Amino acid sequence: MTRRLPVWTVTRHAVLIAGALVILMPFIWMISTASKPQTEIFSSHLHLIPEHFALWDNLRAAFAKADLWRFLLNGLIVTVSVFTLQLLVALPAAYALAKLRFLGRDTLFALVVFCILIPPQATAIPVFLLLHKLGLLDSYAALILPFSISVFGIFLMRQFFKTVPDDLIDAARMDGISEFGIVWRVMLPTAIPAVTAFGIFSVVAHWNDYFWPLIVLNSEYLRTPPLGVANFRNNEAGTDYGPLMAAAMVVIAPLVIAFLLAQRRFIEGITMTGIK
Amino acid sequence: MSDMAIRIGAGDSPEQAAVGPRPRSHRAGTALTAQALVAPAAMLMLIILLGPLAGVLALSFTDYQLGAPSFSWIGLANYREMFADKVFWISLRNTLTYVVIVVPGSVALGLGIALLIQSGSSLRSWYRTIYFLPVMATLIAMAIVWEFMLHPQFGLINGLLRSFGMQGHSWLQDRNTALYSLCAIGIWQAVGFNMVLFLAGLVSIPKPLYDAAEIDGASGAWSRFRLVTWPMLGPVTAFVVVISSIRSFQVFDTVQVLTKGGPSKSSEVLIYTMYTEGFEFFRSGYGAALTVVFLVFVLALTLLKARLNRGVHYA
Repeated sequence: MTRRLPVWTVTRHAVLIAGALVILMPFIWMISTASKPQTEIFSSHLHLIPEHFALWDNLRAAFAKADLWRFLLNGLIVTVSVFTLQLLVALPAAYALAKLRFLGRDTLFALVVFCILIPPQATAIPVFLLLHKLGLLDSYAALILPFSISVFGIFLMRQFFKTVPDDLIDAARMDGISEFGIVWRVMLPTAIPAVTAFGIFSVVAHWNDYFWPLIVLNSEYLRTPPLGVANFRNNEAGTDYGPLMAAAMVVIAPLVIAFLLAQRRFIEGITMTGIK
Repeated sequence: MSDMAIRIGAGDSPEQAAVGPRPRSHRAGTALTAQALVAPAAMLMLIILLGPLAGVLALSFTDYQLGAPSFSWIGLANYREMFADKVFWISLRNTLTYVVIVVPGSVALGLGIALLIQSGSSLRSWYRTIYFLPVMATLIAMAIVWEFMLHPQFGLINGLLRSFGMQGHSWLQDRNTALYSLCAIGIWQAVGFNMVLFLAGLVSIPKPLYDAAEIDGASGAWSRFRLVTWPMLGPVTAFVVVISSIRSFQVFDTVQVLTKGGPSKSSEVLIYTMYTEGFEFFRSGYGAALTVVFLVFVLALTLLKARLNRGVHYA
């Protein structure tokens, strides 16, 4: 590349830092507000650094007013169950589609590719009616089962498995490992990077999902983090911004911290949503 | 990085699955095992995806309401009602407005930021992390933060405006600004996602192209961009535009929590209308008809994407 003028370097950083401030502003304002006592929040003079540091009080108030631990636990239960089920269903199917020959394979794969095109909102009404018929609304099952299949996961893993050499599989067969065993003991270990990327994609999508929990849930104790914080806001709107911002902080914290620890993997995993 | 996303849909030949010839009995056994391996996935796909997809189409021709003892086929009556309903047209127009603002906004900014980040070597990963943060953070929680920032009296935005001697505004409570405020939040959230896709595209542009352009006299940053970067990024840009459009069409979270489609329907969007009809009034049939309209738009965009994918070959 050509030598850069210092002017250009300075401009680059100036513009990028200005943009970064705009991007970070909601996060900064959230932390700042969560650290202020009510009197400072409802004052018309702007200040970023609180005069009295009230973060702990606001956090305590947030945890007292809403069962945030419960919401976080629900988020964990739902995301982990969804991902586990998706793997259990997708890996064997992906292996068969990639490495085995059977009647209807190409049709099935075409259907998988077709299903990737279906946006999640499109099937919401019939799936809701189905859960209603089965009496499963307002339960963990309602949050988890509709996502037990990820056609995208099948597609992704199948593409990955195609790159695994057949010799590896043949050797496993020689050793007397069953096809089912090959999936879990040979294919899964080779596919760890793809599984990780898919796992991040899946967990982030379902931790952050608002549409589906909103539709199927009634009970407070089942609320996922987004639903919990939205309800908190509906109950407290306009009165108590400190605890509300503290609650928002708590809800975004697990993923943001995980992201900061493993940025590259997260960016890989999430940009896969491009397919949706 | 995003090559997985970009290559998907590109035709790949299933014939490549090289399963060598085997003794007959073994193969028959394997075929049976294979079908057992795909059975759960095939069944779930039918129950959770394909069935409901057909179901939503079928429902849209009925007057079914959740809890009603019976329903009847009413042909196109739902569609007739929809096309005669002012709210539907407002909702469609608002959705298109949202898409038309958020897509160019987030794509142009995403491209600009990616170019700036890539044009130097210092602090690259810092910038990338910061700009990507909104993509990660739970949108509902951040929407609530935005609501407070846009608070007419105590919000940061109006506070800043006042400190510059300008009038504050009731952003989300005014029918003239509610939708645009949601657009701003939409752009804020989508920029980082588009930036990452563009960064992947930029990295894949072969360096010698720039050297060649320089030898030919293209020494300025602008001519390098015009002669090399922009043409090479063409397919990525098209891809990013389509993806952003699909994502923008699905806008729901911010609307539901911040404006409920108001004030006076000024921020009503398609999925929100579908949600209120289908899940608040439980008019499943009518909600299904709205879903079909949404599907038509999204599938059209998806087909466009599949077509674009064929031309994309970088990693």
